Amino acid sequence: MKTNFESVIKCFEIALKIRAVEEKIALEYPKGEIRCPVHLSIGQEFISAVVGINQDTKDTVVSTHRAHAHYLAKGGNLNQMIAEMYGKVTGCCKGRGGSMHLIDLSAGFLGSSAIVGSSIPIGVGAALSHKLKSSSSLSFVFFGDGAVEQGVFYESINFSAVHKLPIVFICENNFYSVYTNLNQRQPQSREIHKMVGAIGVKSLKIDSSNILNCIRETKEIVSYARSSSEPVFLEFETYRWLEHCGPNDDNDLEYRPKGELEKWKAKDWLINFEKVLLESESLGASQIVSMKERVDLEVELAFNQAKKDPFPTLDDAITDTYA
Amino acid sequence: MLEGVSAEITFGHQIRDGLDQLLKQDQSCIIMGLGVSDPKAIFSTVSGLYSKYGSRRVIETPTSENAMTGVGIGLAITGFKPIMIHQRLDFFLLAMDQLVNNAAKWNYMYGGQQSVPLTIRLITGRGWGQGPTHSQNLHSWFTHIPGLKVVVPAFAKDAKHLLISSVNDPNPVIFIEDRWCHSQKLDKNLFSSNNQYSIGQAEVIKYGTQITIISSGYSSVMSLRAVQFLSSYGVDVELIDLKTLKPLDTNTIVNSVKKTGKLLVIDSGPRIASFASEIVSKISELAFDCLKIAPQIISAHDIPEPTSFGVTKYFKYNAMDIAYKVIMILGKDPMKFNLSLLNDLIHDVPDENFNSPF
Repeated sequence: MKTNFESVIKCFEIALKIRAVEEKIALEYPKGEIRCPVHLSIGQEFISAVVGINQDTKDTVVSTHRAHAHYLAKGGNLNQMIAEMYGKVTGCCKGRGGSMHLIDLSAGFLGSSAIVGSSIPIGVGAALSHKLKSSSSLSFVFFGDGAVEQGVFYESINFSAVHKLPIVFICENNFYSVYTNLNQRQPQSREIHKMVGAIGVKSLKIDSSNILNCIRETKEIVSYARSSSEPVFLEFETYRWLEHCGPNDDNDLEYRPKGELEKWKAKDWLINFEKVLLESESLGASQIVSMKERVDLEVELAFNQAKKDPFPTLDDAITDTYA
Repeated sequence: MLEGVSAEITFGHQIRDGLDQLLKQDQSCIIMGLGVSDPKAIFSTVSGLYSKYGSRRVIETPTSENAMTGVGIGLAITGFKPIMIHQRLDFFLLAMDQLVNNAAKWNYMYGGQQSVPLTIRLITGRGWGQGPTHSQNLHSWFTHIPGLKVVVPAFAKDAKHLLISSVNDPNPVIFIEDRWCHSQKLDKNLFSSNNQYSIGQAEVIKYGTQITIISSGYSSVMSLRAVQFLSSYGVDVELIDLKTLKPLDTNTIVNSVKKTGKLLVIDSGPRIASFASEIVSKISELAFDCLKIAPQIISAHDIPEPTSFGVTKYFKYNAMDIAYKVIMILGKDPMKFNLSLLNDLIHDVPDENFNSPF
């Protein structure tokens, strides 16, 4: 498949924006105005970006407690997301959900769950919905390696295989569930994507070391899901740079083997991506600078607005228990 | 509604008719559950629907209660009205994450943007050795969760209308059917009114002056029998069938107790934190001055229900127990009542035709 540099540039811009948003959250968080748990995606942004460029508006997405990247890559409204983290009435959930519960129905982002694995079957339900409506849309379901250990994960993969649902499962394997390493939780010789393949869903690990190959492979597999209306499973190996919950580096806790964080940071996708774009002359240095400025400005404005926006009143907070 | 209807039509038939009507009239309605395509057809409550509407409307499922509930939520938030069925309430306990963390909170949590019109039919087992994990009456659990509605029909005349109302409600509704209610016949002579009751509306089944009985589900069937028996002795009981536990029809129960001053609540669940406790609490708050005697409760024990035929009789109350309790509360002499008339059935079956719980 030929590389379409327009979508490659878009992919870079999405990843850049996610990084900028997450870094800004980390910067602002210590001020104490964002008073909810935040699970940042720094180091993992590229997966959302690579998948995101293959998503149509009518496709649906469900996500996890670490949802910012998935939401932004699907075109979720930035201002409403930031306002939600600040607990403001202008937030995407009117301040009821916080960082872990994001929604933007106009962008096809159905929701995210703070319970590990909990949104997976909802994404399967959305896929069944697409199928019953004979729509060409896909359901994208994001989760981490921890969710693979939930019973509901197996149940969901199984049902998708039985009913041949139009769904793309994306497993972001960052090797940790909070502080507990994958090798303490799953058999070391068993690879997640191979296990899923054995359940009956077309499954592969996407190698992210070569950026253009990664983009190409992802595009191919998503296209396959769309044309066949069958489930596919993508495993990406990735790494969370910051603490599980919060804005800080936590390497001092020593739950990560020595040198592991540094090794992954050296593979920073964004830096490598920038090199690829420059070397291929897809973008010039000045274009990249102005892209960064544009993104930074958008992020800055979103935070300024969110800080100014009002909190919900008590009246705002007690409606909607029932529709 | 009941004119011209055969008295042989049962609660179970009414459920099936309701589902048929929903599937016929509303393309967004979908039935899902383990066994919806099987020969037993969920105790015949979905008979013929799989062949009539096909596998895209009546969806057979794997034995995956939790994921299937999530799938139902996914359908519900994208334009469908799924009706999910579990042959025992106990099986549905595997789905508490999806129910409590997702279905119940979705509308609130996402700022009222997207409700979850999901109906979950749960059938509770009773008798015939159903035992510790096939006979649990956990309706009170569900009432504890903001965002859920809980409907517990008792009589054949209500089953269809309440089911259709539940499916058309924009919120998640837990619809609990006692297995023994399925064989209840539609008997128009039993009732003074043929009104249809909405979700959240209790019915005064019989007006009375001396004491209020509040019950729901199969307990209302037993209570009605007790009340009719007592009536023949001149004891004038007011019987309220709740039909919906949440939202609770507080006005109807408070007004009744204000009139009678005496309250007996019948609840098939274990006693501690039972729904009966909630009703006694409400009455104590809102009608304390009107109470002439401490409210009383008949409930299940706080012990798992065993299987053995030899002991299950100690674990279930019947119409006789209810009548006896009323007699004692009213300070009457039980020897003057031929209570054994209410003890004519073997304790672990609803009628002589019942020979298997499955």
